[in-house]
Amino acid sequence: MNNYLTSNIFRKVLASLSGLFLVTFLIGHLLGNLQLFIPGVEGQTQFNKYAFFMTTNPVVKLLSIITYSAIFLHIFITLYLVIQSKRARPVQYAVSNGKDNSSWSSRNMSVLGTVLLFFLIVHLKSFWYEMHFGEMPYQYLSDGTKIKDLHLITTSAFQNPFYTFFYVFCMVALSLHLKHGVESAIQTVGLKIPSYEKFFKYGAMLVAFSIPAVFASIPIYLYVSSL
Amino acid sequence: MSGLDLTLKIWRQKSSVDNGGFETYDVKGLNSHMSFLEMMDVLNEQLVTQNKEPVAFDHDCREGICGMCSMVINGRPHGPLKGTTTCQLHMRHFNNGDIITIEPWRAKAFPVIKDLVVDRSSFDRIIQSGGYISVNTGSAPDGNAIPIPKDIAEEAFDAAACIGCGACVATCKNASASLFVSAKVSQLSLLPQGQPERKERVNKMVAQMDSEGFGHCTNTGACEVECPKEISIEYIRKMNLDYNVNNIKS
Amino acid sequence: MILDSKIPDGPLESKWTKYKSTVPLVSPANKRKLEIIVVGTGLAGASAASSLAEMGYQVKSFCFQDSPRRAHSIAAQGGINAAKNYQNDGDSVYRLFYDTIKGGDYRSREANVYRLAEVSASIIDQCVAQGVPFAREYGGTLDNRSFGGVQVSRTFYARGQTGQQLLLGAYSALSRQISKGNVKMYNRHEMVDIVKIDGKARGVIVRNLLTGEFNRHFGHAVVLATGGYGNVYYLSTNAMGSNVTAAWKAYKKGAAFSNPCFTQIHPTCIPVSGEYQSKLTLMSESLRNDGRIWVPKKKGDNRSPNEIPEEERDYYLERRYPAFGNLVPRDVASRAAKERCDEGYGVGETGLAVYLDFENAINRLGKDIVSARYGNLFAMYDKITGDDPYSTPMRIFPAVHYTMGGLWVDYDLMTTVPGLYAIGECNFSDHGANRLGASALMQGLADGYFVLPYTIGKYLSQDIRTTPIKTDHEAFVEAENDAKERNKKLLNNNGNRSVESFHRDLGKIVWDYCGMSRNESSLVTAIEDIKQLREKFWKDVKVLGDEKSYNPELDKAGRVADFFELGELMMRDALERNESCGGHFREEYQTKEGEALRDDEEYTFASTWEFKGVNHPPILHKEDLDFKTVHPTQRSYK
Repeated sequence: MNNYLTSNIFRKVLASLSGLFLVTFLIGHLLGNLQLFIPGVEGQTQFNKYAFFMTTNPVVKLLSIITYSAIFLHIFITLYLVIQSKRARPVQYAVSNGKDNSSWSSRNMSVLGTVLLFFLIVHLKSFWYEMHFGEMPYQYLSDGTKIKDLHLITTSAFQNPFYTFFYVFCMVALSLHLKHGVESAIQTVGLKIPSYEKFFKYGAMLVAFSIPAVFASIPIYLYVSSL
Repeated sequence: MSGLDLTLKIWRQKSSVDNGGFETYDVKGLNSHMSFLEMMDVLNEQLVTQNKEPVAFDHDCREGICGMCSMVINGRPHGPLKGTTTCQLHMRHFNNGDIITIEPWRAKAFPVIKDLVVDRSSFDRIIQSGGYISVNTGSAPDGNAIPIPKDIAEEAFDAAACIGCGACVATCKNASASLFVSAKVSQLSLLPQGQPERKERVNKMVAQMDSEGFGHCTNTGACEVECPKEISIEYIRKMNLDYNVNNIKS
Repeated sequence: MILDSKIPDGPLESKWTKYKSTVPLVSPANKRKLEIIVVGTGLAGASAASSLAEMGYQVKSFCFQDSPRRAHSIAAQGGINAAKNYQNDGDSVYRLFYDTIKGGDYRSREANVYRLAEVSASIIDQCVAQGVPFAREYGGTLDNRSFGGVQVSRTFYARGQTGQQLLLGAYSALSRQISKGNVKMYNRHEMVDIVKIDGKARGVIVRNLLTGEFNRHFGHAVVLATGGYGNVYYLSTNAMGSNVTAAWKAYKKGAAFSNPCFTQIHPTCIPVSGEYQSKLTLMSESLRNDGRIWVPKKKGDNRSPNEIPEEERDYYLERRYPAFGNLVPRDVASRAAKERCDEGYGVGETGLAVYLDFENAINRLGKDIVSARYGNLFAMYDKITGDDPYSTPMRIFPAVHYTMGGLWVDYDLMTTVPGLYAIGECNFSDHGANRLGASALMQGLADGYFVLPYTIGKYLSQDIRTTPIKTDHEAFVEAENDAKERNKKLLNNNGNRSVESFHRDLGKIVWDYCGMSRNESSLVTAIEDIKQLREKFWKDVKVLGDEKSYNPELDKAGRVADFFELGELMMRDALERNESCGGHFREEYQTKEGEALRDDEEYTFASTWEFKGVNHPPILHKEDLDFKTVHPTQRSYK
C-alpha cells in the first residue's frame, strides 16, 4: 500500500479522479449559467438570486472547497507528472513525429491545461473576485431588498468582443482537454473495458463537445444581443 | 535498376559519458530491396574504407523477433511502417534524395552506450522483479490438467508476443514502459497458472518500473501504434485495474 | 583420445530411469559450494541455468546479446515435438524415438535419442506451468499440428512463434533465479576461452563487450549452450551474432568435434536478392502443403511467371517424385532446387530461385482459405520482397538453417574435456545427419531442464572437495593473455579489407563446395582456398576502433577468425565421409536416379575430430553407432 501511494499509477488515478470530478462541477456550473439565456429583468433577478445563493449557502461552500481542492490537486499532480516526464527523457529527439501515432490533444494536455489555468485566473478575477471583494453594482428587487448584480457584470463583460473571443477560445481548449482527458481518465482507473469501449469513447466525445459548446454559446449570445 | 541515393543524419556518441551529436553521411546507389539494416551495413562498409569508425547499432536476428534492433527513424521508432521492426523495413519505402535522421531510443532508463546502441537492462530488471510464474523444473502438473479456454489462450498470446524492443518507451512522450510491463502482467494474469502470484506480481513490477525512471502513462496510444507486434493498450488498462483494485482492497 | 559414450547398461527403455535412480547425488549443503558456468541463454542455456540454480548450485550465466531473451532460439517458428499422444493417434515414446532416428538417417546414438523422446512430455508440462500460451482447442486442451512427414500429430505450437514463447518461458525462469541471487547474469559478455586445470574445465575467460575488459571466472563445471555454426556460410537463417567461437575454443582446448559436415539446408527461404544481403529468412515449410514448385521448361526464360503458360512449366518435384511430390523431405527438395538452378533454369534477378505457386490452391480453395492458412507468411513475404504472393508466385531458394554436428558429448552430455558440457544445438548428439522439424526446441529444453541437471551431479559429486580455484592461477592468466594477444593482433593489423568482406568470401566457398552437395575434388580445392583466405585474413583484415570500448567490428573479427578454422574442418569431414546421408550429399554417392546413397557398412559412426594445432591436420576418431533396436533402411520418396 505504501508503494501504491507513491506510484505513478496512483498519481495518475488522482489526476483522473480529480479531473472527472471537475467535469461534474462543470456540468453544475453550466446549468447555472444557462439562466443567462432568460431575457429581461426576470432573467437578471433569477441569476442574481442564484449567485447570492451560491455564495452564501453552507452546502455550496463545502462543495466549493472540494472543488478548489480538486483543482489544486489536479494542477499539482499533473505538474509533478510533467516534470517527471521531462526527467524520464533528459535528451529530446531531434526529429519527432507524434502526429503519426497520436492525437494532438493527447500530446498537449499540459499546454491545454496551462491555457485553462490562465483562463481560470482571468475568469475568477472577472466574476468570483468581483462578487466577493469587488465594488459591485446592486439590483433593487421589487420587495425593496438589494442584491449584488452579477448579471450586469456578466452581460457587460461580454459586450467586449475580445473578452468574448478569449472565452470562446478557452472553451475550444477545454474541449480538447476534455476530449483526451475524459477517455484517458477512464482508461487510467481501468474501467475502459473493451465491451463498453464505444460507449466510453462516444460518451467522452459528447462530454468534450457539448459542455464547452454550451458554455461558449452563452457569451456569444450575450455579445450578439448587446449589438 | 537505378540506385537510391540518400543522406543520413546519424547520432554519433563515443560512449555513455560523451555528449554526442549528429554526423551526416551520403550513401549512393542502394538497391531498393535492401533492408534498412543492410543499408546501414553498406554505410559501415563505406566508413571502414574511409578509415572512419563504423556506426554501432544493435541487431541480431534480422527477422523481426529478437527485439534487438532499435532506431528512431525520422522521429518514429522502427521507422514509418506499421507492425514492423527496423530489420524488416525495406528501402523501397524511401525515395531517392531523402534525408533520413536516425537517433537512438531516448529515455533516462535506456542510457546510450554508443551511437545508436542503448542499455535496456532496465527491462530485464522489471521481469526479474516478478515477470514469471514460480515453478521449479520437474514440479509441473500435466499440461492438460488445467484447461484454458481458447480465447483466453489467444489473448494471453497477444500480450506475450512482446519482443521487448522498447519502441513503446522510445515513442512515448513520457518515456513510459507501461505497454511493456502491462503485456507481461496481463499475459500471466490472464492464465490460471498466473493466479497465485497475480497480486504480488503486478505490485512488484509496477514498483520496479517506477524505480527505473520510466515516466507515467498519459494514454496517448502512441505505443500501440509504434509497437512492431501491435500490442494493445487494453493491457495497460488491465494492469491499471489490477493494480488499483489490489491496493484499494488491502 | 578414447571416446567412451558411457551409455548405461540394460534395455533401451529403462536406461534413463535406472540412471536417474542410481546416479550419485550432491547434498544440498555441497551444492551451495559448487559453482557452474553456463555460456549462452537460448533454450538450452536458460533452462539449464535456471534448473541448476533451483537445485541450489551457484550459477554464472553469460550471453553476448544485450539481454538473455534475445538468444536465437527466439526465432524458431513451427513448434516443439512431444510424445504426449493427446491426439490419440498412436503416438508413443518409441515412435518419437523411431522417427528421430530414421529422420537422422541412422547417424545418431540410440540411447540419447530414446532419452530425448522420454523426457519430451515433461517439457510441455513445464512450459505450460510457466505460462507459455500454447495453442488450445475449444475445449481448453492443448492443440497439436502435424509436421515434417511423420504420421502423428505431436507438435505443440504457439502460432508461428513457438520458439519465442518457449524462450520467454525459460527466460522468466532464469529471471526468477537472477532475482533470488542464485544466478549471476552477465549480458553483453562473450566467452573467449576455456580454462583447463589438471585436464579439467575450470573456468572461462570472458570479454565484456561494452568495456573491452577481460574477466576470469572460475567454475567447478562449465556448460556450453552456444548454439550452432550455420553462420560459417555467411548467409543463413541464423542471427547475425550466432557464432562458433565458444565451441571452437573448447575444441582447441581438447573437446572433440563431431560430424561438422552435417548441416541442414531448409528448402523454403526467401532467395538472395543481391550482394548486400546479410541474412536469409525462412518461410515455414507448411507452404509446401498447398504450393506447387516449378521452373520454366526453357533455360533463361525471363518472362514474368504469369506469362508462362502451363505447358511450359516444369513441376520438377512432381515429375521426379510422383509419390510425395512437393512434400518430399527438406534435403531432397533443397537438392532438387539447386539442380534446376545449376542447370540454368533458375528464376529471378539472380537465377537462384524457383517458383512456389499458389495459383492452383487459390483456384481450388479460394483466396480466403489460402489466406487463413498462410496469410501471415504471405504478408511477411510481401514485406521483404515487395511482391504479392496472391497474384504472383513466390520465389524461394534453400538456405542453411541448422547444424546437426557439434561438440562430441557422452550420455552425460559431457565433452571429452572432464567438467565441460555441451547442450542444445552446440552438441552433436541427437539429430544424426538430419534433424526433423520441431525437434530442435525439444532437444534444447530436454538437455537444459531434464538431462543436464541430473548428469552434471555425477561429475560434481566427485568434485565436492575442490575449493574454488583463484583466478590468478597461471592457466587463467595464460588463457587471458592469449585472448588479449589475438585482439591486439586484429586491431593492429592495418590491413585493407573489412571483416565483413572476408566473411562473405568464406561463406561463398563453404556454400559452393560444402553446401547442398559436395564432391571430392572440389572439397580438396576448397580446403586450400579456405587456408589461403585465412592467411589473407590475418594479413589484410582491417579492424577499426579500439579495444577499450564497445567495438562490434572487433567482436565480429574474432568470430570470423574461428569460422575460418571451422570451415576447414567441415570440408575435411565432408571429404572423409564417402557416402551420402541426411544433410551430407556427396555427388559420387548417389543412385542412378540421383538419390542419396548411404553406406552403412563403412560409415555407421560419428566422425569425431581431435584438434592438433591450427596448421596440423586434426585426428579422426570414430564412435561406432550400434543400432540394436532400429534397423537402418534406405529412405525412398518415389
